[in-house]
Amino acid sequence: MMLETKNLCYTVGKTKILKDINLTFEPGKIYALTGPNGGGKTSLAKMLAATAPSSSGFIFLDGEDITKLGTTERAKKGMAYGFQVPVRFKGLTVRDLLQLASGGSADDKELSICLTKVGLCAKEYLNRGVDASLSGGEIKRIEIASVLARKNCNILIFDEPEAGIDIWSFSGLLEVFATLKKENKTIIVISHQERILDQADRIIVLNKGIVTKNGTREETLQAIKEKNENKNASLLCDDCLVKEVF
Amino acid sequence: MNAITKKLLASIVGADAAKSEAFNIREDSLCAERASSKNIKITDRKKDGGGITVQVLSTCDGETTYVPACITHAGVDDKAYTDYIVEDGAKVTISAGCAVHTEDKGESTHKGIHLFVIGKNCEVTYKENHIGTGPGVGHYIDTDTEIILGENSHLYYETIQLKGVDNTNRFTTAKIEKKGFLELKERLLTTEKQQAYTTFKVALIGEDASVDLISRSVAKDHSFQSIVSQIDGQAKSKGHSECDSILEGNGKVSSSPIVISSCPDAMLVHEAAIGKISGEQIQKLQTLGLTEEEAENWIIQGFLK
Repeated sequence: MMLETKNLCYTVGKTKILKDINLTFEPGKIYALTGPNGGGKTSLAKMLAATAPSSSGFIFLDGEDITKLGTTERAKKGMAYGFQVPVRFKGLTVRDLLQLASGGSADDKELSICLTKVGLCAKEYLNRGVDASLSGGEIKRIEIASVLARKNCNILIFDEPEAGIDIWSFSGLLEVFATLKKENKTIIVISHQERILDQADRIIVLNKGIVTKNGTREETLQAIKEKNENKNASLLCDDCLVKEVF
Repeated sequence: MNAITKKLLASIVGADAAKSEAFNIREDSLCAERASSKNIKITDRKKDGGGITVQVLSTCDGETTYVPACITHAGVDDKAYTDYIVEDGAKVTISAGCAVHTEDKGESTHKGIHLFVIGKNCEVTYKENHIGTGPGVGHYIDTDTEIILGENSHLYYETIQLKGVDNTNRFTTAKIEKKGFLELKERLLTTEKQQAYTTFKVALIGEDASVDLISRSVAKDHSFQSIVSQIDGQAKSKGHSECDSILEGNGKVSSSPIVISSCPDAMLVHEAAIGKISGEQIQKLQTLGLTEEEAENWIIQGFLK
């Protein structure tokens, strides 16, 4: 499925968080959204998933205007969203959450596969509560698993999926993205992580609510490298440097 | 046992209660059916007020007994005394509860007065479910419970009231002896103009005694709940109480966690939180395809599970 934004804006009070965002996300590709903190990445993700309302502009899914559709309707149209800060629920188990994500049709084997993909042992986690007993890394992995458990989803948005995840599980996560790409899904990943940017087909840089760069991985990384070569520092890990370049 | 009782039983303890080896089914203030097993003796209580005595022998090793009470029409004012005497080393599950049903708009009341005397090294599970059914607002269930938990014994005590009880007044006291452990779980849902008053007073009197008291409640519409949880650490002991409530509509909750300590080695912690369902919780479930209403239901069901 193809997702497009046209002149998408997001304003809070008098502050323009996003200004005229025009982007196209095609199936079978991984898009990395990067840029300095406060640049508007998460706001854009929220608007795509409709957990925050856009102030103006349009969002199209396979040509259909979905701007006015709510979160539930967009989810039913095949959009999945992994939160930057996962939500905890007192009383809901991991099994409950993944079952809900699957639409109630998944058996334990399928749920176990989702957990395995994020480096968690199903036997240990399916009956755990999605609550404060989970560490930051654990809840983040379960959040990603809840996206992977969705069925018939073609647009998958991950907001900083690497946060709190150890290096071994992170490699597994990259494999997951690669598999989703092969399945012709449209993958949007907000990240500052170099290995994720290396995997992306296109890298989009958002700074101060504006798209300052939108190119292939090679183009964008090359631009970063050129403008950063005298700074002898890793641009991708330094928000300030990103800001200077773009 | 009449047809309404059979239906109510299914709601509070399961339809097969009367097929078990040891049970007592109370119907409209009278004993409808009773049976004792080799390890669990249920007899008339020889004290003022009548009622029953459930004696669990030391030889009991994991048996379940059913002790439900049903009221099947309006105009009943039932007071039921039940003494549970659990001998040293026994392992038992007690499935209890009460259902009050009125066909017309009259009132009926059940008051359960319970005494638990649990010996040493016991493992006891007590589950209590309260419901009200039928039209009107006259379904009243009150309880007055006293627990004496013996040395090195564990009592899991679960009390659930999720439907139809218009007014409830529950008062529970417990004394925990050396190395005793009380796990107390309360689940409460009130709607419309229902009112619920619930008080737990737990005294940790023995060394290394402990209590974990968790109350979760949802107050909807114009209902009101008052929840008091008091832990008194009189010896080197551990106590934790957690009272969480969700408000919907114009529901109101008063939550009062109290910790008292007369021993410097008593570690007592209390937590209490009252609030509405978080918007982010609803949004997360919406991103999974649930409607807002479905998301709220899941969150509440999970919270009260």
